[in-house]
Amino acid sequence: MIQLNDVHKAFGNNQVLRGMTLNVPKGESMVIIGGSGTGKSVALKCVLGLVTPDSGQIIVDDQDVTEADRDAFLARFGMLFQGAALFDSLPVWQNVAFRLLRGKLKRPKAEAREIAIDKLRRVGLKSDVADRFPAELSGGMQKRVGLARAIAADPEIIFFDEPTTGLDPIMAGVINDLIREIVVEMGATAMTITHDMTSVRSIADRVAMLHDGVIQWTGTVAEMDQTDDPYVQQFIHGKAEGPIEAVR
Amino acid sequence: MNLILTPLGALGRQTLNMLAGIGRFTVFVLQTISHFFRPPFYVGEFFNAILVIGYFSLPVVGLTALFTGGALALQIYAGGARFNAEAVVPQIVAIGMVRELGPVMVGLMIAARVTSSVAAEIATMRVTEQIDALVTLSTNPMKYLTAPRVLAALIVVPILVGIGDIIGIAGGFIVGVQTLGFNPATYLRNTADFLEAADIISSLIKGAAFGGIAALMGCYYGMNSGRGAQGVGKATKSSVEAAAVLILAANFGLTALLFSA
Repeated sequence: MIQLNDVHKAFGNNQVLRGMTLNVPKGESMVIIGGSGTGKSVALKCVLGLVTPDSGQIIVDDQDVTEADRDAFLARFGMLFQGAALFDSLPVWQNVAFRLLRGKLKRPKAEAREIAIDKLRRVGLKSDVADRFPAELSGGMQKRVGLARAIAADPEIIFFDEPTTGLDPIMAGVINDLIREIVVEMGATAMTITHDMTSVRSIADRVAMLHDGVIQWTGTVAEMDQTDDPYVQQFIHGKAEGPIEAVR
Repeated sequence: MNLILTPLGALGRQTLNMLAGIGRFTVFVLQTISHFFRPPFYVGEFFNAILVIGYFSLPVVGLTALFTGGALALQIYAGGARFNAEAVVPQIVAIGMVRELGPVMVGLMIAARVTSSVAAEIATMRVTEQIDALVTLSTNPMKYLTAPRVLAALIVVPILVGIGDIIGIAGGFIVGVQTLGFNPATYLRNTADFLEAADIISSLIKGAAFGGIAALMGCYYGMNSGRGAQGVGKATKSSVEAAAVLILAANFGLTALLFSA
């Protein structure tokens, strides 16, 4: 469903992606792991068109993303950002229902609010949160609101950028479980980027290791634990010694 | 040879960077204008911008104009006394406020208050990925953030300038009557008789131009902010500097254009 073929991207002299190739079949939850600064977020942003690749091809459902109708294309996506990226100036329910209050998916305000509250409940938040502003919420609650916003329009594809970063282990577990449940329940295709191995084991159908701008390894979670690949072994066991330089 | 080529190379790079910057800004302005006419229109954002740029700027604009008008009356009286022309205070206060000080003071106050807050808000949205979030939610950031603010400023800043002109003249009137001993009726009649429609129209035109500059600078620097707190700070500072300089330059250009006849 999502194919990245030989994607290159550089920022000035910093070559981030050096020929990344990855296939994510429909309905699969793919988790991309890799060290900081290896281009995981850039890869997601290339798919969404937030960053334009220097070369290579990105195909979603047999269509090159550069040729797709932009609004229709983005309407199929939901994204949970690392810092939740909630709009400070809007109350929680308007953040969640943002897409339902404007554009092609616009609904009456009351209906959009109803859906927003329903999605907030789905991520474990009570309806009294709906009228609060993002700055009044804890980090974990903000992530949940971000998750509710990502699923508000029932997208076919959901991206999760470091979904558990900055959360305590219990809240991280809650978010991981929610992501897994939602992805299974909606039958959505998911791409997650994370350093958190607990997340990987909770969320992933398949895992891809990105290093030096290319996918070094892909496989299931069970295969990840058994592989001899030195990059994967070093990363999942958090070793300082190995082929991945500790100082990048 | 290097002694000549190195500075020439640096000068060339600076020139190219400057031209590229002008090009980027021109594209930004044209894109903003094009979004005024292409749906969807974010009416709520537009009215919110009217409120923030217009209504909430009234206190600072009013106070600035009041004190400026008062100070102007004192200066003209003191200056006029050197050649027995104290009686021209009402006329010069009126013309000075409406043609020049009203629009410029309001423009600079809007640059200080609105340009800085717009730049800081949009730059913070940039560094916290809220702009990226807008895109993923099928919302064009230029259409949602820039177009409503610029359009609101184009409409509301001339109104602020008009109010500033009136309050500035009132400041001069209070000082003239209370301190300098002018007859109130004579002061008002002299003010009204001396002002022409062209003065008021030029004041409002300047207001629209300065409002557009102030909002565009805030949005442009905010959208192109660097990373982190430093990026937000730099975007805010640069936006206010650029807006203030451009407002004063535009004031010179418009004055030359409107009053050259």
